[in-house]
Amino acid sequence: MAEVTLRKVVKRYDDVEAVRGIDLDIPDHEFVVLVGPSGCGKSTTLRMIAGLEDISDGEIMIGGDVVNDVPPKDRDIAMVFQNYALYPHMTVAENMSFGLRLKHYPKAEIKQRITEAARMLDITDLIDRKPKQLSGGQRQRVAMGRAIVRNPKVFLFDEPLSNLDAKLRVQMRIEIKKVHQKVRTTTVYVTHDQVEAMTLADRVVVMNHGRIEQIGPPNELYHRPATKFVAGFIGSPAMNFIPCQLEESGGLLQVRVSDAAAFPVPAERVARYRAIPRDTKLLLGLRPEHLVDAQSNQSAAFQPFDATPDVIEPMGMETFVYFPLAGAQLCGRINPGIDAQAGAPLRLAVDLNHMHLLNEATGAVL
Amino acid sequence: MTTVTLDKAGPSRKIGSMSRDRKWAMRWSYVFLTLFAVFFLFPPIYMFITSLKTSAEISAATNPWWVYNPTLSNYIELLTSNQFLTFFKNSALVSIFVVTLTMLISIPAAFALARMRFWGSTTLATGVFLTYLIPDTLLFIPLFKMFATFAQWTGIELINHWWVLIFVYPTLTVPFCTWIMIGYFASIPKELDEAAIVDGASWLQTLLRIFVPVALPGIIAATIFAFTVSWAQFLYPLAFTSSVDQQVLPTGIITTLIKGDVFNWGQIMTGALLGAAPPLIIYAFLMDYYISGLTAGATKG
Repeated sequence: MAEVTLRKVVKRYDDVEAVRGIDLDIPDHEFVVLVGPSGCGKSTTLRMIAGLEDISDGEIMIGGDVVNDVPPKDRDIAMVFQNYALYPHMTVAENMSFGLRLKHYPKAEIKQRITEAARMLDITDLIDRKPKQLSGGQRQRVAMGRAIVRNPKVFLFDEPLSNLDAKLRVQMRIEIKKVHQKVRTTTVYVTHDQVEAMTLADRVVVMNHGRIEQIGPPNELYHRPATKFVAGFIGSPAMNFIPCQLEESGGLLQVRVSDAAAFPVPAERVARYRAIPRDTKLLLGLRPEHLVDAQSNQSAAFQPFDATPDVIEPMGMETFVYFPLAGAQLCGRINPGIDAQAGAPLRLAVDLNHMHLLNEATGAVL
Repeated sequence: MTTVTLDKAGPSRKIGSMSRDRKWAMRWSYVFLTLFAVFFLFPPIYMFITSLKTSAEISAATNPWWVYNPTLSNYIELLTSNQFLTFFKNSALVSIFVVTLTMLISIPAAFALARMRFWGSTTLATGVFLTYLIPDTLLFIPLFKMFATFAQWTGIELINHWWVLIFVYPTLTVPFCTWIMIGYFASIPKELDEAAIVDGASWLQTLLRIFVPVALPGIIAATIFAFTVSWAQFLYPLAFTSSVDQQVLPTGIITTLIKGDVFNWGQIMTGALLGAAPPLIIYAFLMDYYISGLTAGATKG
């Protein structure tokens, strides 16, 4: 087990920069998830840590040693691939023991490690089967087993759950978390699914266009996003953005979203927002759970307003309503007990204590 | 039951016509398969019939498609003749060595060209294939000249030895086998060798322990090709070997069984049939391997 450090790491393909100088410190035992849209450089970063891609510039350290020029086989890492990459001509046991056999481990130890890993992953009965006799979930377990038996310094996961169906994905997600809680190996996990990132990670690294947008624990990213990209990427349904302006009338700071609608800025935020030049183009960021029905949220914290939802999505424990406001299409979350109808006016309320104010031009959260 | 009711309903005609289409497709495919089989079995059957006849019966004006006095004398004579057995032995040795040599060169070459990205690898891969496009009829004269020069310089005579074919045939087999294996290797998911490399395997271990077993169908296809080329090659042995004891089957049969303008048809046909037997047996044996997709289950599926 070891810490992983990236210093100004750059990856260039001919004249395209896929990764543009990222810095990342992963302490020992930590579970870090790299998340971002496709093409953001997260997989390339992982493959550079694995040694499967050369580093164009910068430094990667594993356990304090610079590994820039160390071949993958000498980095003492294990990797789980999206398409499993099991050796088709070998049984489950042979697949899992391949790395150990290459390093000439004693037979008894190999057997013991396989038995242990198989028990941990609940694949003891499958040990003599070939990969083609296994289901997708079982194959992914074997791929994880192959990583665990090696007892490496670092685990690398490259979108390991993307090929599984939704139900199995949730199940395997829990499985991966359990395994990490047991073995405590430093883990770097790549996914494009922000739910996976939120649920698995000790810290999430949000990447976009080859750069790191923000690093932090899941809750921090959710509640205190640093940029518009992070605010919009983390959370499902995504955060609503409404073009708005700040105005001061009668000593009261207000967020005006349209000629008809303006909401007062909560008292504790006034000092923070007052310094913003009035002509700055702003976006009001509101998560769906802060756009609620007025009927069940009547405290002073909520500012009521009227809207006409055009789509209603009942989810059982909550209902999402989609409605136009000030030229933007917004999503709100209401009590499922409310009888909302598409096309019928609905009294909603906004909780501005959880609002975000963003600079439209720079994307920075103010 | 529902489908039955639906079938009787008006607009469900399509379902019926689908299966009728399929039936007709099957019938047509059998018609063409039969035509194909008749066309391609015509020569070997004619050879087989002729091989059972005496020389007298062959030259007699009887029905060529019927044997009136079947005899095995052609087979007995050939199989007890030292000459024929020498040809057979030479052919077998040349083919076995050529196949081995070809695989030893082609497999690592194809692996390197398919997987190790290095400067000029794609150009080299195309170049390998282009060399195969040069016909052997163009090559045997320069090769002959090269062997003569080699003999002048070293005193080692290459011409008129059966083993020289072991070094000549790979000029035909290596480019083509490398080319088809590049294609096969490229179809193996890249994650498979990456997994092996991360697991601690060297390039050679990845090749021998992962690639060769997984690419076996492709390797067998290449083996079949290399064997067929070396077993059936006619021009090079005709050019480079002349003594009777140095000849291989295709040229041996022609040079010894045609004396002047006398064609010993019965024995020529018998020799050709016996010569065709080893590739047939090898195909039948390897076909199962060739067809079975060993890559199933490697990755997503």
